[in-house]
Amino acid sequence: MKTKMSPNEYEKFIKDKMPKPKLLSNAIKAFIVGGLICDVGQFITNWLKGMGLNQEQVSAGTAIIMVFLGAFFTGLGLYDKLGKFAGAGSIVPITGFSNSIVSPAMEFKREGFVFGVGARMFVIAGPVLVYGISTSVLVGIIYFLFFI
Amino acid sequence: MDYIRAFIVGGLICVVGQILMDKTKLTPARVLVIFVTSGVILQGIGIYQKLVDIGGAGATIPLPGFGYSLAKGAIKGVKESGIIGAFTGGITATAGGVAGAIVFGYMMAILFNPRSKR
Repeated sequence: MKTKMSPNEYEKFIKDKMPKPKLLSNAIKAFIVGGLICDVGQFITNWLKGMGLNQEQVSAGTAIIMVFLGAFFTGLGLYDKLGKFAGAGSIVPITGFSNSIVSPAMEFKREGFVFGVGARMFVIAGPVLVYGISTSVLVGIIYFLFFI
Repeated sequence: MDYIRAFIVGGLICVVGQILMDKTKLTPARVLVIFVTSGVILQGIGIYQKLVDIGGAGATIPLPGFGYSLAKGAIKGVKESGIIGAFTGGITATAGGVAGAIVFGYMMAILFNPRSKR
C-alpha cells in the first residue's frame, strides 16, 4: 500500500519513528552503575586504610587496583558489555580510563607492538593526560605566583 | 554510611557525564578531557576537596578525581619545592594510577583478543 506524503508529513513521520533519546533511563542507568563502581573503590579504600597505609598510599593503591580491574574486565570483554548498558556510568570512573587504554590497544594489535599496541593505547588516555597534566602545571604556577 | 555517600556522589558525577553525552553529542573522549580538566580547576580554586570530604571514593574514582589529585599534587609540590614542584607535583601524586594504567593496559592488550562483534 502506497500513500503520498508531502515532505513535511514525511519529516514528521520519520521523527515519530526515530528512537527517542532515553535521557531519563540513560541517566538512571549511569547513576546506578557509576555509583556501584565508586562503592567498589570505597571498599578498596577502606580495606587499604584498615591495613594501616597512609593517605597517599591509600589513594595510589586504590587507583592502581581500580585501573587493574578496569583493564582486566575489558580484556575479558565484560566491561564493554557493561558499557552498552551503563553509558557514562562506566566511562567516567577511572576504570573507564583503563578501558579506553585496553580497547584500542587490543583492537589494533595486528598493526604491531609499537604503532599498534603502544601508540593506540593513548588514543583517548593521551588527550586526558595532556590536558590534565598541563592544567595542573598551570594551577601550580598560578599558586606559586600568587600564594607563595 | 560512607558507601551511600560514595554511591550518590559518584552516581551524580556519572549522570552529569551522561547528560553531556546525550544532550550535546560530545564524544566520550571529549567528556573525559572536560572532566579531568574541570577536576583540576575545581581543586585549583579549592572546591573539589569539599566534594571529596563528602563523597570519598565517590569523588575520587570518577575522572574529575584524577584531575583533583593532579591539582592537589601540583599545589603540594609548590609548597615543598617552589616552582619546580608545579611540574613534578601532579605526576608524582598520580604516578601510581598512571603507571598502573600503562602496565596493566599493555598486559591485558597482549593477553586478550577483542571479542568478535555480535
